[in-house]
Amino acid sequence: MNESISKTKMVPLPSHAIIPERDASQRPILEVYRLGINFGGLVAVEDFNIAVGRTEICGLIGPNGAGKTTIFNLLTKVYQPTSGAILLDGKDTSNMNTAQINRAGIARTFQNIRLFPSLSVEDNVKIGLHNEIGYSMATGILRLPAFYKAERRAKERVMELLDLFDMTHLASHRAGSLPYGAQRRLEFVRALATNPKLLLLDEPAAGMNPSETEELMSNIEKIRDQFQIAIMLIEHDMRLVMGICEGIAVLNYGQIIAKGTPKEIQTNPLVIEAYLGKKKGDQVC
Amino acid sequence: MRRLRMRSSIDNCLTYGLVIVAYVVIRLLLAGGNISYALQGQLVPITVYIVMAVSLNLTVGVLGELSLGHAGFMSIGAFSGAITATLLELLADTTSTTWIRLGFSMPWLRLSLAMLIGGIFAGIFGFLVGVPVLRLHGDYLAIVTLAFGEIIKNVMSILYVGYDANGIRVSMDSANALKLDEGGTIIVNGPMGVIGITKLSSFTAGFILILITLIIVLNLINSRAGRAIKAVRDDKIATESVGISVWRYRMMAFVISATLAGAAGALYALNYSSVVARKFDFNTSILVLVFVVLGGMGNIRGSIIAATVLTVLPEVLRAFNEYRMLTYAVILIVVMLVRNNATLQHVFRQVGARLSKSLPIRRKGGEV
Ligand SMILES: Nc1ncnc2c1ncn2[C@@H]1O[C@H](COP(=O)(O)OP(=O)(O)O)[C@@H](O)[C@H]1O
Ligand SMILES: [Mg+2]
Repeated sequence: MNESISKTKMVPLPSHAIIPERDASQRPILEVYRLGINFGGLVAVEDFNIAVGRTEICGLIGPNGAGKTTIFNLLTKVYQPTSGAILLDGKDTSNMNTAQINRAGIARTFQNIRLFPSLSVEDNVKIGLHNEIGYSMATGILRLPAFYKAERRAKERVMELLDLFDMTHLASHRAGSLPYGAQRRLEFVRALATNPKLLLLDEPAAGMNPSETEELMSNIEKIRDQFQIAIMLIEHDMRLVMGICEGIAVLNYGQIIAKGTPKEIQTNPLVIEAYLGKKKGDQVC
Repeated sequence: MRRLRMRSSIDNCLTYGLVIVAYVVIRLLLAGGNISYALQGQLVPITVYIVMAVSLNLTVGVLGELSLGHAGFMSIGAFSGAITATLLELLADTTSTTWIRLGFSMPWLRLSLAMLIGGIFAGIFGFLVGVPVLRLHGDYLAIVTLAFGEIIKNVMSILYVGYDANGIRVSMDSANALKLDEGGTIIVNGPMGVIGITKLSSFTAGFILILITLIIVLNLINSRAGRAIKAVRDDKIATESVGISVWRYRMMAFVISATLAGAAGALYALNYSSVVARKFDFNTSILVLVFVVLGGMGNIRGSIIAATVLTVLPEVLRAFNEYRMLTYAVILIVVMLVRNNATLQHVFRQVGARLSKSLPIRRKGGEV
């Protein structure tokens, strides 16, 4: 189902990271050097290094509590790193806050879904389009022509984005009343609406059945191809990870224990010992 | 699953319609002499409390932050508005410039400017309160606004302002410390509050202020900024994750809320010959909060109805004389029970559905 991916060659970078060959001519969208954080005494992430190519789908895996979500929170400044540097599109992000990080090009979804539950699906996506819509408060209150124009364009864009996930018929529903799978897809759409260069997905297939997961996999690849963005995902479903990720980093106790292509990861003895070895088969955790 | 599309615009039309129809009906009743003298005296306060409730709902219901000092902003608006109106009148009396004399001798212009200045001052104070508080995570706003309301009440009680040929004089000591000339006027006299106010407010002015408030609040809620404010209420981390500054929209909602309360305060003050700071105390803040809670969080029409009913009720209950406050309290408790009790709500809804089978959508709560 993904021939282009299986042919992907990963090439090494000076920082010992690897990215797909097709992205190697350009600077990686994300470069992380020696990132670390501790909570009180607990070292949650230590010496985390990675580079993500501009159109790469890369996976972050590891047992529960390994520090995967913490890394997303560090990348988006929900947590302040205690050490290390994060470069987004070559630019240092150390002085940015969460909102600025998003405007600079990182969008994300959350492991425990965080929608705007009391608002409609349409409004949820429009909030994702907030910075693109851009008219002032006064324009909105005075209902100037620019208001109607921008709102009409926003509505069209919302429908285009919802259509990617066959959700247009849900536009007027309350986000909080959607079934679980639809909520996950809506979070995906909302993140996409912010026009990111890098999309972080935290366990996008959690709670999905095999056929939904199958659909999600093709959607992730479709989004990457259509929007030409990088996607980094945390996932426990090994069929999904091995199926669509080009590069994979394995985390254990806050440290990377292996990096490589799906094939390399599957045969890496360290990984098998720390993680895959616990259970034979592809469903872990 | 509930459909939300179109509901908001129908809702808004209903709200404007309700206010306009109520205004016309009351005008007709007034013309026919069918409103008691006591109730006539309540008309301006009702419009003031409607604006207070709607503006507080922006902070409490739409933004989702608790404010316990809304009366403090009303107080600032009342004092700055009344001072403005008095100064403009003095200016009109003493000036030799024809257009100033003619302009400021028009009561509606003085009233409008007083409400504008009252709103601006309250908005500035809203901003000053918001700067340290709204950057913090957590519910610090309730505590800080509570303290703010008390501080304003106490400061306003020792404020002395006078005007003479040399200009405006302010003191925190006593009226004598103002050292006014022979022909000077004391405008604010410490614990006695603003004195010698020319009554400028009218029911129609209140009605117009309600309409302006509704236009600002409802249009804000249904626009880009309003969506961001509601996003902040629903989930702050998610709001930041889509590139929206939570601080900015908390501030925007809070300052607009304070500004409207200030304008309402000016309208209130200019309805009387004098107004004291004690009037704008914690009880008033809580009273307005009760309007918002009973009317429904984020439900603008609910705030209007609750403010009206609960302001009129004590007057109507005068018939019960000594049981008046008791009856008032019992009604409040019953309404609160009904609002929070699923079984009772179900019963009421069944009754409501039977009464109005034509309504396709059943409303619950007060989502905007
Ligand atoms: N805000 C926090 N305060 C204290 N400890 C935290 C915090 N967030 C995460 N941790 C700890 O960091 C470790 C990694 O958690 P997490 O990143 O959520 O793991 P996962 O790989 O399952 O996503 C866990 O031990 C967790 O308890
Ligand atoms: Mg996690």
